[in-house]
Amino acid sequence: MMIDLFTLGFLQRALVAGILVSLLCGMLSTFVVLRRMAFIGVGISHSAFGGVALGFLLGVDPLWTGIGFALLVAVLIEWAQTHTAVEEDTAIGIFFAASMALGLIFLHLSRAYNVDVFGFLFGNILAIGTQQLWQILGVTVVVLAVILAFFKEIVFLSFDEEMAWVSGVPVKALRYLFLILLALVVIVTIYLVGIILVSALLVIPGAIAQNLSRTLKHMVGVSAGVAVGAAVSGLILSYGIDFPSGATIVLVLAALYLLTSLLRPWLLCKSQHQ
Amino acid sequence: MGGIAVKLDRVWVNYNGATILEDVNLEIEAGRYVGILGPNGAGKSTLLKVILGLIHPNRGQVRVFGEAPEKLRLRGDVVGYLPQRPLGNPRFPVTVLDVVLMGRYGRIGLLKRPRRADRELARQRLEDLGIPHLAQRLIGDLSGGEQQRVFIARALGVEPRLLVLDEPTVSLDACVQDDIFELVNTLKEKLHLTVLIVSHDIGTVARHVDDVICINRRIHVHQPPPIGRLGLESTFGCAVEYLFHGEIPHRVVRAHDD
Repeated sequence: MMIDLFTLGFLQRALVAGILVSLLCGMLSTFVVLRRMAFIGVGISHSAFGGVALGFLLGVDPLWTGIGFALLVAVLIEWAQTHTAVEEDTAIGIFFAASMALGLIFLHLSRAYNVDVFGFLFGNILAIGTQQLWQILGVTVVVLAVILAFFKEIVFLSFDEEMAWVSGVPVKALRYLFLILLALVVIVTIYLVGIILVSALLVIPGAIAQNLSRTLKHMVGVSAGVAVGAAVSGLILSYGIDFPSGATIVLVLAALYLLTSLLRPWLLCKSQHQ
Repeated sequence: MGGIAVKLDRVWVNYNGATILEDVNLEIEAGRYVGILGPNGAGKSTLLKVILGLIHPNRGQVRVFGEAPEKLRLRGDVVGYLPQRPLGNPRFPVTVLDVVLMGRYGRIGLLKRPRRADRELARQRLEDLGIPHLAQRLIGDLSGGEQQRVFIARALGVEPRLLVLDEPTVSLDACVQDDIFELVNTLKEKLHLTVLIVSHDIGTVARHVDDVICINRRIHVHQPPPIGRLGLESTFGCAVEYLFHGEIPHRVVRAHDD
């Protein structure tokens, strides 16, 4: 089995894609947790369904329509929150329900029940081709570069947006930028675990890291490490016992979260006395 | 020093149909220690946010050291700010030194990292506030009074000319409140600051500041009469009672020393 994993092309691609995507999710997850944006992750990922279905209807690569939809909804959520009286979670609730409903209408119109809708909803990492791998690589480079470039400002505005604004940090631009990064990462994560489970990868690694870390850099590292570890072990495990890979990865993460939460008092106490 | 630090000219702010600030005219000279007093919902924080540029007034003009606050902030080296609730997430994993360094980010600019000089200045600010020993502690692990000192250190990390503190002493006990006001006074002299401090505690404010701005939609500027602190406190206390409960509209009155 282990030999298969390293010799079969589709498994190699799945492994590389899984590592890159989970690395990105892990890094963003830190900020998603600290900025309490878990619901935005859910909102953006589910909105992508509308875009994916539009792709089926128009006969274009669902990746591009999915990205378009996710970006549009991400920007609309931010815009609605700053320009109208609506609360952020209400805005998310409305936009993601509306775009999922649109998705169902698009699917109905396209009569495309034979296409791999199930794969988009629940992930089908073994179907990742060379083209998708390049897309994932592209997103990885862009997202990592932006995070590294603006790391200190992203931390500052996550910590205290008002003071960041007063200090001259371009808060508004960075908020939109972060949502755009989130939308890009959500789309490539759909390959790994599917629309329904994307938010797990954006929330659980950060939550685990918060249980284990005392400094921010440590938290980012632990979150990325945990996400990659869970993705790789989840993939191997799912291949070995013939379970759906996306669900297995998410369950590995959930189990780790439970474990670290139970051990947290003991772990932090120990690190404090070092 | 000299010069005008803050100038508001016929400023109106409406929010959801209600008038929060009504025709506010105000001049604050550079180098003053100014307390802003008023009951809950009187517009104290709104006034500060207008001065900081966080809220754009519906009418009127705001100038801080002669510039519009939205432009001034981009320089990142003029205004130090302590928000009312600076610690939104108590589990945010940053050390005290990291928090104070954030005050430097505006000066450091995008795409650059803090240098040794920035770290030294941050440590100096912790010394100034009497908490150098807390540098490596997590912000969420500190007491309320210690946290406020850290956030004042961060505001001073900007090396500002104007220090703006929104309710720095809320939820602190009386002794610590006095310490904070006294500390700010010392630092104001040392660093040649103009200080704006919002509070709802009349007694503490009156003991420490040069000027008092009373606000309840409109504003009323009191300047201290040349009598002792006790005299100031009692005079001021009456005036404030009058202002809080009366329906008589107050316009800005200069050298108001009844």
